[in-house]
Amino acid sequence: MTEKENVLFRKFEIQGKDFSRAGSISSKIKEILQETGISNSIIRRTAIATYEAELNVVMYADKGILYFSLDPDSIRLKIDDKGKGIKDISLAMKEGYSTATEEYREMGFGAGMGLPNIKKNADKFTVSSYVGKGTTLEILFYLNNSEAL
Amino acid sequence: MTLKEIIHLLQAELICGESHINDNIEFAGGSDLMSDVLAFAKPGILLLTGLSNSQSVRTADIIEAKAIVYVRGKKPDPEGLKLAKKKDIPILLTEFMMYTACGLLYSHNLPGVYSESDKKS
Repeated sequence: MTEKENVLFRKFEIQGKDFSRAGSISSKIKEILQETGISNSIIRRTAIATYEAELNVVMYADKGILYFSLDPDSIRLKIDDKGKGIKDISLAMKEGYSTATEEYREMGFGAGMGLPNIKKNADKFTVSSYVGKGTTLEILFYLNNSEAL
Repeated sequence: MTLKEIIHLLQAELICGESHINDNIEFAGGSDLMSDVLAFAKPGILLLTGLSNSQSVRTADIIEAKAIVYVRGKKPDPEGLKLAKKKDIPILLTEFMMYTACGLLYSHNLPGVYSESDKKS
């Protein structure tokens, strides 16, 4: 994305295995969006997708970067992680499929709902991954509902 | 049902968010699995959970829960409590088990979150 005056851009680092901070970026993005007057339902969908994406990095990767941008038409998130990657993306998109450890399940996560839930909340969602290298999620929300149809 | 009535019904202790005591709660949902909560909850939900880590509070904030009830004598960890205070989310503690707490609320006309499977039954 080109830098324009009416584009807000933020970059956040996510530390793998650091469960205590998971969700802090989502909270921060929610705060940013609440100051803009964007509708609550879009803010909520963005917050949920961001949180799920953060949790994925925490649970499955060594570290990641979340890029957030807001322009007059859309919210864009890109999450790049360095980690083990996803072997079969179509399988990972199925509700209930999970490779989470027992430890994460005991913490209330890893039910295999993460990627499907991002898809459910986003207007556009793409996943690309290289096994042994990492995963990239691109998530888009339209601010003007008519564009989402 | 107000938060005050819920506190009375569940013989609960309110440990933060006192200013919301007269807030009206319209529906509730119970789960220890935050993955499910993130996928199915609706804004304004009363969240009942036995998961006491700070992610339970974080999840409640993200889904815009009205309040959290920790069941079977659980309480949020210090980090979770700090977050709840910061986000102004009321927290209730009850000794009742999940099933009983949900049953008490449901039998006093506090419905669950609407879902497709409810429609079929």
